[in-house]
Amino acid sequence: MKFYRSHILLGINETSIEAGAKKIELALKAELSKRNLQDEIDVLETGPLGFFAKGVCLKVYPENTLYENVTVEDIPELVEEHFLKGRPVKRLLASTTRVEAYDFNYKERNVLENSGIIDPEDIEEYIGVGGYEAWEKALLEMTTDEIISEVKESGLRGRGGAGFPTGLKWSFTAPIDSPEKHLVINADEGEPGTFKDRLIMEGDPHKLLEGMMIACRAIGANKGFIYIRGEYKLCIERLRHAINQCRSYGILGEDIFGSGFNLDFDIKVGAGAYVCGEETALIESLEGNRGNPRFKPPFPGVKGLWQTPTVVNNVETIANVPTIINKGAEWYKSLGVNGATGTKVYTLMGDVAMPGLTEVPMGITLRDIINKYGGGMLKGKKFKAALVGGAAGVILSDKLLDVKMDYESLKEYTAVLGSGAIMVMGEEVDMVEMLWSILRFFRHESCGKCFPCRLGTQQLYNIICKIRDGQGKEEDLESMIMLSDAMLKSSFCALGQSPYMPIKSSILNFRNDFLKRIK
Amino acid sequence: MYQEIFKKYEPTKDNLIYILHDIQDSHPQQYITEEAVLSVSKYINVPINHIYGVITFYGMFSTKPRGRNIIRLCESPPCYLKGCDNIYRKLKEILNIKQNETTEDGIFTLELCACLGVCGNAPVMMINNDIYGDLTEEKVVKIIKDIKGEK
Repeated sequence: MKFYRSHILLGINETSIEAGAKKIELALKAELSKRNLQDEIDVLETGPLGFFAKGVCLKVYPENTLYENVTVEDIPELVEEHFLKGRPVKRLLASTTRVEAYDFNYKERNVLENSGIIDPEDIEEYIGVGGYEAWEKALLEMTTDEIISEVKESGLRGRGGAGFPTGLKWSFTAPIDSPEKHLVINADEGEPGTFKDRLIMEGDPHKLLEGMMIACRAIGANKGFIYIRGEYKLCIERLRHAINQCRSYGILGEDIFGSGFNLDFDIKVGAGAYVCGEETALIESLEGNRGNPRFKPPFPGVKGLWQTPTVVNNVETIANVPTIINKGAEWYKSLGVNGATGTKVYTLMGDVAMPGLTEVPMGITLRDIINKYGGGMLKGKKFKAALVGGAAGVILSDKLLDVKMDYESLKEYTAVLGSGAIMVMGEEVDMVEMLWSILRFFRHESCGKCFPCRLGTQQLYNIICKIRDGQGKEEDLESMIMLSDAMLKSSFCALGQSPYMPIKSSILNFRNDFLKRIK
Repeated sequence: MYQEIFKKYEPTKDNLIYILHDIQDSHPQQYITEEAVLSVSKYINVPINHIYGVITFYGMFSTKPRGRNIIRLCESPPCYLKGCDNIYRKLKEILNIKQNETTEDGIFTLELCACLGVCGNAPVMMINNDIYGDLTEEKVVKIIKDIKGEK
């Protein structure tokens, strides 16, 4: 193996490609060869570095220098100054707040610990940082009961929105005697404002695969599916590549590590329907049908895909599993608070200085997430509200900035953690407009199977349009709450139950915004 | 004419969505023709009405001819907050079409869609397989001009 003096990490994701990351990579390599540095300096593609909005970013090790907004024109100067003369190019250095946020961002990572550090397209790099050790341990040294009790003990809960305990879910399916069982990974990330799963899959696809392997062994499934949305082209490409690598390394396939256990994975691509994030709708879609949810019970754990016992887990949930097996439930529990253990990946957007993602232990406050990791509010903006958990989430006012972000603490304020999307809104944002946009989304995405949701989402949209056009009455606010409450109680699946949260919280916290449009 | 695609998939219903994806991608006007539906129906032995049910359920499929470049502008809350409506207006103006319409020269179709998962760079749109983020009205004009130049 060659020894390099420095490594340049180039964050490749859908947005940096747009900003010209690939062109910069070519230019860098060409310039390094021109100066005869190609054997000293290595250029590596890696996953997302954790924040965006500033063009193409480069991270240089071992110097630990972070450059941002690099263009092709900057490359000759950068190579000459930094790599020939050893002087960082000040003009391109990332701002101090960004560097601090970057360092913070990597301090407590678990799911994303390798993202932005290793090359996601090279299995050897993943193995080099201890990858697939947990899989080996789970397969050769642990019984299925031991795996499940370790995950149960860790307190891991589903990260897709509902927060159901993962170990418990597995324990329903594991004892069922069935010739076929399936694991399905829900990568149909459609909740507006959520892109954590995309970044996990783009940055460290093997982490997800390793977690899936352990889960399959625990429940006794020999086949795993990843149901991924059609829009995530780069994820699909990287996952396909990663699965093929696993097959050729004998990590997937028949008689893995001589254990007699057979396992294979497949990727299934969705076609654009928000409701397919609901587990039974997702299963319908996998079977080649319209994505209408199914009646529960029977739950998928008993009768799911092709009527076989099926566990459906979110990407982030499963990506937590290798660490739990490696470091143990005790270690995992030491992170987080209040019945919410481990770390959570949040996606941050809207009127913040540095939109992006961050992974922090459960129980950190909203204020800290915005200030420490998001670099505070966008210049000149003052915090008004945050939409937490996507369209199906709640709109929090500044009074709740110091509430701990975990399942139980938020529940006290009838709020939810949801998918971990945090959309920050500055003072000039009008809640009528925001709610209108949310209700337009639900109206469009209702699948039409049950009437409370099919008619309710349309009716809610009609009312908010009326208010938006200045034709509303004060009673309309109450009827929106009543109607969405009725939908909460009578809708078939979580989609129809969701509008209640944003409606209730926005009217409760920002009634004045609505009254202004009414009077 | 769809044999090449059929060869890749077993004739089972669960492959329907993937077959439809491939058929749509292989058509220069990026849509699924009636004739294609008939062939698929025969191949996987599923009634035509089921196939139309699936096609019309999912946002990525179309039964009408579309342009070579499909613009899908996100209209979900994070993009709305960052002004996607202005981008939409600008796109309609420079392309001189409305939602779900195709330009006369067949180069562009304008669609609205739900969250594309690139909210850190809102407002965002996707043209075919490429993401374009941090859109401004000026940027949109340039993107459209560049693609037109490439044709």
